[in-house]
Amino acid sequence: MTTVEDALTHVETKPVNRMLQRPRSTTGAWSWFTTVDHKKIGILYGVTALAFFLIGGIEALLIRVQLWGPNGTVLTANQYNQVFTMHGTTMIFLMGMPLSIAFGNYLIPLMIGARDVAFPRINMFGYWVFLLGGLFLYSSFVLGGAPNGGWFGYAPLTSTPMSKGFLPGHGPDFWTIGLIMLGIGSVTSALNFIVTVINMRAPGMSMLRMPVFVWMMTVVAFLTLFAMPIVTAALMMVYLDRNFGTNFFNASMHGDPLLYQNLFWLFGHPEVYILILPGMAVVSEILPVFSRKPLFGYSVVVFSGIAIGFLGWGVWAHHMFATGIGPVAQSAFGVSTMIIAVPTGVKIFNWLGTVWGGAVRLATPMLYALGFIAMFTLGGLSGVMSAIVPADTQQTDSYFVVAHFHYVLFGGLVFALFGGFYYWWPKVFGKMLDERLGKTSFWIMLIGFNLTFFPMHIVGLEGMPRRTYTYGAGLGWDLLNKLETVGAFLIATSVLVFIVNIVHTKLRGEPCGEDPWDARTLEWATSSPPPEFNFAEIPIVTNRDEWWHRKYTEDEDGRLVRLPAGAATATAEPEAHHHIHMPSPSYWPLLFTIGLPILGYGFVFKNWWLVGLGAVWLMFGMTGWATEPSTEPGT
Amino acid sequence: MRAGALVAAITLLAAGCNGNNNKQNSLHPDGPAAHKILNLFTPFFWIAVVIGIGVLVATIILPLRFRRREGNENPKQVHGNSTLEITWTIIPVLILAVMAIFTVPTIFQLAKTPKGPNVIHVDVMAHQWWWEYKYPKENIYTANELHIPINRPVVLSMTSDNVIHDFWVPELSGKKDVVPGQTNVEVIQAEKPGTYLGQCAEYCGLSHADMRLRVIAQTQADYDTWVQTQQAPPSAADLAEFKKLGTEYSCTTCHMFQGVSKAEVGPNLTHLADREIFAGGKYDLTFDNLWKWVLNAPSRKPNQCPRLPQPDPCKVGMPSMEKTFGMSAGQAQDIAHFLLTLH
Ligand code: HEM
Ligand SMILES: [Cu+2]
Repeated sequence: MTTVEDALTHVETKPVNRMLQRPRSTTGAWSWFTTVDHKKIGILYGVTALAFFLIGGIEALLIRVQLWGPNGTVLTANQYNQVFTMHGTTMIFLMGMPLSIAFGNYLIPLMIGARDVAFPRINMFGYWVFLLGGLFLYSSFVLGGAPNGGWFGYAPLTSTPMSKGFLPGHGPDFWTIGLIMLGIGSVTSALNFIVTVINMRAPGMSMLRMPVFVWMMTVVAFLTLFAMPIVTAALMMVYLDRNFGTNFFNASMHGDPLLYQNLFWLFGHPEVYILILPGMAVVSEILPVFSRKPLFGYSVVVFSGIAIGFLGWGVWAHHMFATGIGPVAQSAFGVSTMIIAVPTGVKIFNWLGTVWGGAVRLATPMLYALGFIAMFTLGGLSGVMSAIVPADTQQTDSYFVVAHFHYVLFGGLVFALFGGFYYWWPKVFGKMLDERLGKTSFWIMLIGFNLTFFPMHIVGLEGMPRRTYTYGAGLGWDLLNKLETVGAFLIATSVLVFIVNIVHTKLRGEPCGEDPWDARTLEWATSSPPPEFNFAEIPIVTNRDEWWHRKYTEDEDGRLVRLPAGAATATAEPEAHHHIHMPSPSYWPLLFTIGLPILGYGFVFKNWWLVGLGAVWLMFGMTGWATEPSTEPGT
Repeated sequence: MRAGALVAAITLLAAGCNGNNNKQNSLHPDGPAAHKILNLFTPFFWIAVVIGIGVLVATIILPLRFRRREGNENPKQVHGNSTLEITWTIIPVLILAVMAIFTVPTIFQLAKTPKGPNVIHVDVMAHQWWWEYKYPKENIYTANELHIPINRPVVLSMTSDNVIHDFWVPELSGKKDVVPGQTNVEVIQAEKPGTYLGQCAEYCGLSHADMRLRVIAQTQADYDTWVQTQQAPPSAADLAEFKKLGTEYSCTTCHMFQGVSKAEVGPNLTHLADREIFAGGKYDLTFDNLWKWVLNAPSRKPNQCPRLPQPDPCKVGMPSMEKTFGMSAGQAQDIAHFLLTLH
């Protein structure tokens, strides 16, 4: 098979003189380091992001333990500031984004009837950047202090030279360099998704026949592509101000502190849609399957997703209502924020419309999808409350906002992704997760989540600011904070039950067949787990929800009628398996990527030898990569 | 069951509005700006509650009502319904339009700065991690506690010489960031005498949580008395004593003491004993708190200045006198006794 990468790189026909023997094996432990299979890479992303989810969760528990009562002493101020910064940074850059990429990586080629993504080696590179970037960030805990400027690292707090002592340690250096590095990975995987979706759809899969999941991930990819460069510029300016005496944000030298916020949120607001759209994507797949009805208003859902993608660029200053941007800007951004609520609301109603009149199976994925609708709606409503600018001046930077974004990020994204785990687990691993454990875990999570985050609305309006390592006695916040801490441990319990479920399934689970949920999209048309080449024969697509229409048709009343098995299975040019050429494994993505953290440490510690070594390393990696054909001839 | 939890939660919220009078509660306004904000917020809050309950109930009822059972496995395949979809696009648009119509004028009203002889002006400077207040007309320079007369608008001109902070006294008004290189204006006004609490609401580094403040609203007469005490010069004995402290422990390198030092790194100590709180509002001004602070400030409030090293400049905060000069607890207590006489 030919990938776009093949078409772009000149395919060599005879083996060239190369520095390393090319890896051949596509199985065994070592193959995980050299694989270019989008499914394996998807699993790597998923496992790594889940590990970071657990680490970020432990940080959250530390936060909650510290805030159990007034004047907590479990953590020092400096430790607390590192913990909440790393919690936020982890949950956004090391959990939310990569976990969404995990789903996208695994599912997009399957859903569009392709054999892989367009750039298989770049795909692996993206993963290595994510892993090494994450380890780089976490190494700061032992190498001079973890990031401690908050997940949006406002200048001039972060950009002031370390010698001034506003923030102890090397944290902001690790933070800026680490995020720039992670950004490189996100941009490459975004490009990869876009090219894959545009070029590699199976015959007949027009854009408006693509699953909503693919649509939303495409919007996310475009948002990532355009947003990351903006934050990269801002982060570089912070790094330069802090280390080289530039004055981008230094007011005493006519720099502009608010410039940072404008740049950051011009990235940051699209970023929150980068985080929530994959949640919407997953839910839009689960609801129809478990209601046995097509998604209500497919095109409206798709177009409101696109609309959100566009409007998301015009609301950034709603994060800055208290900065003194003046009443005109406040009004404009308040109103634009209200407008973006409309396509969001439309989606919610369409999801409910999907359930209406269906034949609903309340299996675990469906429970999570319904939980998503409910929790995300509450988060959306508190978001609209913040669009009332004067009211927002009471809410911003208080625990009210912490409640709001956890309702959308946790109640939204995380609930949806958990639903996604239960839904696609059988496809990926060939075994169903246990339903009883799944439901138990869901209910504990739902209760724990609300217990943790609902009281934060109240305590925020009662005057508790966020990012405070302690609070005084006698402010009446004690009880609510205690409830929140109990809730956080309930959430942790439910995650534990999920882990037990994984182990249980691995040991005891029964093989499940290719289509255990009676699903609708093409990933269910192949075995579980799918073969390396995904489909023995590329399907020819004649319908939206192609797989469903191969199983069912509608009678005159529009009721569902099952077709006799094997009725319609059109495929493109039947290929014999041994003719399917998959891209060959490669060491180069990993070797190349190792240069990045070397370069990174060089910049953090201003050690020019390391910078030089990193640069040479990258050049070496690039050369090796460029001279290696994507598919080894004769394999 | 979930609906039950929600009702419970809303009751809790309502209870929060009325019950928790912690003096830092935005649901307990005592100034015109805070009232205006809450009055705008409340009706839309209830609309949101209704919509929220509607969606919650729908997510519970619909799946139960349409649960898969014998005979309904093959439901009608509805792909959409334009009328419905247009309806549920337009209704939110209308609600949001109403919201915008009420929001925008309020934004402009709150942005107005009052003028005239009735207005009090205060220059606010945010430090790491405490608040400095200067009353230019009255020639007063104090810290952390802002004294204002009731029923008169107070215009705060706020800036910072370090990082971004945020001035927030929820019962009087919303937040306003305090940004270096720019002067943001915030208008506060109190309706009743009393103490209103607040704190820095923009993360500003190590001791952000300890950057608290309070507004003490007084009747005009009480306020006038306060102004007079602030303006009174210190006695000759106090001057001499403070000079001595300056030579022994370098207090004067950072602190202002009228007639001895003009330093503005730390708060003005001339009338310290008139205050209720110190150290960025973290501590009540009691003898016990004070001598421990004098002895070893970094152990009482996280900062970056363990000692006064020479020639390296001190980073942020007050150094430990114990570590720098070997001060003893007894000496610290003597100093605290003296400081508590400075009215
Ligand atoms: C067990 C689950 C969680 C708990 C108990 C929790 C708790 C908290 C708390 C209490 C804070 C505020 C800390 C402070 O302001 O001092 C916080 C901040 C934050 N959380 Fe979570 N959280 C959880 C999960 C998540 C998830 C899943 C995400 C994202 C998908 C997330 C994203 C964030 C972000 C972005 C911040 C802001 C960090 C900052 O202020 O720089 N959290 N979390
Ligand atoms: Cu501050």
